[in-house]
Amino acid sequence: MASNQSIDTPALRWPDSGYIRVPAWVYSDPGIYQRELARIFEGPHWSYAALEAEIPNAGDFVQTSVGEKPILVVRDEQGRIHAFANNCAHRGVAFCRQPRGNAQSFTCPYHQWNYDLAGRLTGIPFRRGYKGRGGMSKDFQIDGLGARPLAVAVRNGVVFASFDPAAPPLDAYLGSMLRYFDRVFDGRPLRVLGYTRQRIGSNWKLMFENLKDPYHASVLHVFLMSFGLFRMDQESAVEMDETGRHSALISRRGGQADAEAAREMKNNLRADMRLQDERLLDIVREYPGPATVVMQTIWPNLIVQQQSNTLAMRQIVPRGPDAFDLNWTFFGYATDTPDMTQRRIRQANLMGPAGLVSVDDSEVLAMSQTGLKAYPDGNCIVEMGGRDVNDIDHMITEVAIRAFYKHYVEIMEL
Amino acid sequence: MKQRIDFSFPLSVEARLALHDFYADYAAALDEGRYREWPEFFTENAIYRVVPRENHELDLPIAIIHCESRAMMRDRVSAIEDTAMARPRWLRRFISGIRPLSASDGYLHSQANVMLVETLHDTMTRHVLAGRYLDRFACSEGRLLLAERLCIYDSLLLPDSLVEPV
Repeated sequence: MASNQSIDTPALRWPDSGYIRVPAWVYSDPGIYQRELARIFEGPHWSYAALEAEIPNAGDFVQTSVGEKPILVVRDEQGRIHAFANNCAHRGVAFCRQPRGNAQSFTCPYHQWNYDLAGRLTGIPFRRGYKGRGGMSKDFQIDGLGARPLAVAVRNGVVFASFDPAAPPLDAYLGSMLRYFDRVFDGRPLRVLGYTRQRIGSNWKLMFENLKDPYHASVLHVFLMSFGLFRMDQESAVEMDETGRHSALISRRGGQADAEAAREMKNNLRADMRLQDERLLDIVREYPGPATVVMQTIWPNLIVQQQSNTLAMRQIVPRGPDAFDLNWTFFGYATDTPDMTQRRIRQANLMGPAGLVSVDDSEVLAMSQTGLKAYPDGNCIVEMGGRDVNDIDHMITEVAIRAFYKHYVEIMEL
Repeated sequence: MKQRIDFSFPLSVEARLALHDFYADYAAALDEGRYREWPEFFTENAIYRVVPRENHELDLPIAIIHCESRAMMRDRVSAIEDTAMARPRWLRRFISGIRPLSASDGYLHSQANVMLVETLHDTMTRHVLAGRYLDRFACSEGRLLLAERLCIYDSLLLPDSLVEPV
């Protein structure tokens, strides 16, 4: 169809083979990207916005993004959480200059238009003019004007926002992923431990897919493999929600790789690798059940990381077809002992822009974009673990990527 | 062999030159990829952290690199050399404004600005981060070793990946 075509390119059409092939143009086509912003990031879906722990008090606010759009998440005097565009109704200024803080109201610096904590316009200087001259027309109404509001949903300390008020109730939206979501967000108050941010030179979907792809972990991440943190010979599973848009990679930490696994991983496995300071991986079990790793992808912009004792929200902010920002919010629980906090700080060495594991991903994502953009007519082969889109109890599969694209094609009408 | 230098305040010219040499030697070891030498600039139980400015100002403890010992630094070196997958690149550290602040109890406190740029073979040189070192040196036996180095960086949004210590 016309609206997803780039100039001088043929119509973009999904391959007939279905979700076992992903056409490379989805990662670089500007028309596709604009459609994603409209249908996915501004559609009736819940984007992760913030943690309640960031805005505990009345007037606390934090700047964040839904899609490319900057928004504010604010707690009002009654304790309610509001989200609205950081975008003055008057001349469009992104009026809030601070990344976070506490405010009684927001005032645009350009013409001093004033907004309350819900984003409603409350004041306009010289509205009645000066000495009877100028000012707004007599019939100008400020009621109903304000920064564009977003719908807000909160679950156990996590704040989601949506530009489309038709987004379904959050628990229905999360569907069968709720049990993994509630495993980490079990109602205990959270404590933010810090932020890290990076801009990665790849399409945003590649980041999302990376966390739907347990196959790569057993071959790319030598650190994870060598220390048994996430490896194909361990008990593991890949589960999706009913739509395929969310997924969870679940695994159990193991010791030495068995012979068959070691043979497959022989190029990269460093079985004899030992830490000189073992405090780096001084891991304790903190959730019921055998899983030691649960990595969730929550459509469209959130990865919930629980790898051993390192917990983080990874928020995806798309920045054009060829880049996205990855904003990491590391957290623990308010009830953590000092030892547990220290453990989380040490294990954070694996993650983030300089992570002993995550650097592999940010690098391979940038390399992916280079190849995919140069060869937009190619098709990625997504056939590991079969051709279906069903839950599976092993890691040598790309099923969650297939399920993701099944949903994606529906939303994008490709 | 260097002679024993007195690092008490006010610093002698000789001590200042030794301090400047330390910063230059540290940068050169990393710039030249001699990663295994990097932990040797620190004491055995030294703290080394690379911290986004916002965490530092908000008193939040997460760092992008966090080491609590020379052994933990060696583990990071092993990861860089043996386990990490990254595109080949050249990183270069520009250290300026070296400013000794005080000396007490066998420690010399100092700060400096640092800028890190990187060059990949198919892209133009780009800026990775700008920040400052907050350093505490142990001055035993007339030589300097870092007992603590905090690199607080202003450039909150880093490009792709930070693949080496700063």
